[in-house]
Amino acid sequence: MKKLSLAIASLLLVLAALLTVPAGSAFAQTIEETIAKFATDRFPDTTRGVEEITRSGHPTALAIVEALGDNRLAYRRADRRVFVIGTDDKIRSAETGAVETDVDIDDLRRVRINNPIRQTIAAALGALRLGSSDPGQRRAAAEAIMQAREADQAPALEAALGREKDARVATAITQALAALRIVDTKQPESVRLAAIDTLADRGDREALVMLRSLPADAPAAIKQRAERAAAGVERHLSILSGVQNIFFGLSLGSVLLLAAIGLAITFGVMGIINMAHGEMVMLGAYTTFIVQEFLRANAPGLFDWSLLFALPLAFLVSGGVGIAIERTVIRFLYGRPLETLLATWGVSLALQQAVRTIFGSSNREVGNPAFMTGSFDLFGIALTWSRLWIVVFTVVVFACLLFVIRYTDYGLRMRAVVQNRAMAGSVGIRTNWIDALTFGLGSGIAGIAGVALSQIDNVSPNLGQGYIIDSFMVVVFGGVGSLWGTLVAALTLGIANKLLEPLAGAVLGKILILVFIILFIQKRPRGLFAQKGRTAES
Amino acid sequence: MIVQRLAGRLGISEIAFIAAVAGLAVLVPLANLTMPEGSLLHVSNATVVLFGKWMCYALLALSLDLVWGYCGILSLGHGAFFALGGYAMGMYLMRTIGTRGVYGNAILPDFMVFLNWKELPYTWYFFDWFGYSALMAMLVPGALAFVLGWFAFRSRVTGVYLSIITQAVTYALQLAFFRNDMGFGGNNGLTDFKDILGFQVQAQTTRATLFALSALALLGGFAAAKAIVSSKLGLVLIAIRDAETRTRFIGYRVEHYKLFVFVVSAVMAGIAGALYVPQVGIINPSEFSPANSIEAVIWVAVGGRGTLIGAALGAVLVNAAKTWLTAAIPTVWLFALGALFILVTLFLPRGIVGTFGSKLFGHRWSK
Repeated sequence: MKKLSLAIASLLLVLAALLTVPAGSAFAQTIEETIAKFATDRFPDTTRGVEEITRSGHPTALAIVEALGDNRLAYRRADRRVFVIGTDDKIRSAETGAVETDVDIDDLRRVRINNPIRQTIAAALGALRLGSSDPGQRRAAAEAIMQAREADQAPALEAALGREKDARVATAITQALAALRIVDTKQPESVRLAAIDTLADRGDREALVMLRSLPADAPAAIKQRAERAAAGVERHLSILSGVQNIFFGLSLGSVLLLAAIGLAITFGVMGIINMAHGEMVMLGAYTTFIVQEFLRANAPGLFDWSLLFALPLAFLVSGGVGIAIERTVIRFLYGRPLETLLATWGVSLALQQAVRTIFGSSNREVGNPAFMTGSFDLFGIALTWSRLWIVVFTVVVFACLLFVIRYTDYGLRMRAVVQNRAMAGSVGIRTNWIDALTFGLGSGIAGIAGVALSQIDNVSPNLGQGYIIDSFMVVVFGGVGSLWGTLVAALTLGIANKLLEPLAGAVLGKILILVFIILFIQKRPRGLFAQKGRTAES
Repeated sequence: MIVQRLAGRLGISEIAFIAAVAGLAVLVPLANLTMPEGSLLHVSNATVVLFGKWMCYALLALSLDLVWGYCGILSLGHGAFFALGGYAMGMYLMRTIGTRGVYGNAILPDFMVFLNWKELPYTWYFFDWFGYSALMAMLVPGALAFVLGWFAFRSRVTGVYLSIITQAVTYALQLAFFRNDMGFGGNNGLTDFKDILGFQVQAQTTRATLFALSALALLGGFAAAKAIVSSKLGLVLIAIRDAETRTRFIGYRVEHYKLFVFVVSAVMAGIAGALYVPQVGIINPSEFSPANSIEAVIWVAVGGRGTLIGAALGAVLVNAAKTWLTAAIPTVWLFALGALFILVTLFLPRGIVGTFGSKLFGHRWSK
């Protein structure tokens, strides 16, 4: 792979050299002359040099002007060649930008600058960056000018706007211009008012600051318009942050749902209090860790697919452990929920300590595959990919589970056993197998929840502990035995938590939610979606 | 007269238990204070503190047994009552530090000065007075239990639901006490105590006295619990445990009985916490952690729920094992505790006393 791409790259380089050298030779003459101007080290020449090289569009122009501004442009007295001293202390040719290894820094003299030249440089820099061939860089330049409010860049911006073809860059330039114009007393009032509207359209915190920071002596009409625009922006921002909170709430809700969904089966459907549920989640997370370690060592190219391998494995590991627990402990305790609670708590302690003994008690590093790293921007809201994927993943898991329960043969048997164990047994369903399988299913789903949670949480032996109380709250709040109730409860609690957070702080918000659920259960002991009829009795 | 009636109901083992605890209350301080160091009969200071802790745990276990063993209410939040009692005592101990703190502020405890607070929060008023603090150590847990029980029992929240709720309560309290602006010392909690009622907390005599008091409190708790469970009211409680609906249909106001025993139990747990804090010298939010409460449940289960002395015995046995194991082979302790939970529920559902007691003493045990 690497060799091939190297070969292609060098081929391209040769081609480019062949194409550019003859065409550019006439031009190169003037570039050399222009650059030579810096070697005289006289202020008028330097000024002219900056102006000419800015106009030339030469590839190293930006580097040269930047270096000049930072006092890193130098020349050799002997042959009047000009060099750029990099921030990494490497010396490069000003014409080509190639690193020169045989130049002694002691032979070089720095090109001096004074304040007028600094101004020229500032203007040139803006123009150069705005003239970059990379739209991203052009946009960044416009943003930088806007944030620094460099009033002297206005002409460069205007020029750039004239030749700009990329719509997003054009918008950025227009906004930067507007930011300069609203405080520019030389502009006519109509232009300044239009500038206010432009900034209002931008509608972010930056724009708000600019609208709010008009000088005190601004005309009343402008002040008024700016105030109104600022209020509008503020409203827009508060709506945005509301939407953002709801998304964060959905994300938290889906995490809660993921953690609780397995419990909704074991506790909700089977009535087993599995205090080791959190540890099933933890086992799933550690399975992901092992899979990633294995892939890192043996097939680094497959790392991005690690989660895909981890999902079935985590399901099997947690599900297997779940079935083992059911067969060895829980089946002797059916009908004695309080004892089940205590025994499974013991299981959870043992599992935690086992993982701590094997993997150590510190956090383990679980990497994000490429498609889950970074964030993206949606109408001004920054969303992380990992959170979004977890929401999607949760929906998929939930749908699969519903499908299994409703449309498969196993699901039918499971529902039969839940509704009437004795009758199900007498029509030939092996009820204790169904019990084991169902407990395994719930545990397995906890395992795949662990795969997802390993992406956003610390993978440590205590991972499960953090989810167990929340999960029980979700299941109880939603109504035991109702998967849809669990869904609604998880999302409600997630969103309520995130909406409370800015008002009350994270911890107090969580406490308030807990208190709310505690009170709610007093009012409706069977949860939001209480089961009716015979199954409700117990 | 009550004593007489009570005494008439005691079995051999219970008399033995009372004698043992009373004997410890006298002998341990004596052996600690009068015997010369190095003597075979000498009990070291560390052992006195350790025994004192176990007495408090035993009282906590007893209070839990009262609600779980006799009324079927499995509270996974009894640690919260214990910790609240502890905090009340801790606040008294903080206020008595006075100007001897690091910042030398006569009114404000050190952590408040550190947080740049100017005034004492109203929650801390009167805590410089021991009587008020002792009252609060019982009243606050009792009030929490009353409110919680009032709502829960009236709406017939039972079984595991109640367990989960109590667990959520202690979890919420833990989160709340972690917050600095709650005004209870944040995650550092309350510590650096100097003296209690004018006696130095660190002094040997104070520690011996506190141990004796803890043992006496255990006896008092035992007497109260015994009085309750062997009365008519106790019979109703057991009826509720075994068949709640039926008891209600017979005409008993089930929720009133449950509320009563729940509050009494919480007060007992609060007293245990209040005695615990001056002996260990610190109280912090980790005392509220749900794991602590569940651990207390296993003490009761090991000893035998529904047998009062079993609960106390279980607390001492499990904690002795914990002290020994965490020192000898620390990694094994959680495995052992986990195994204890599983094995006891599977093979010893009535606990040590419940299973072997009848063989040893020929006494019929209430289940």
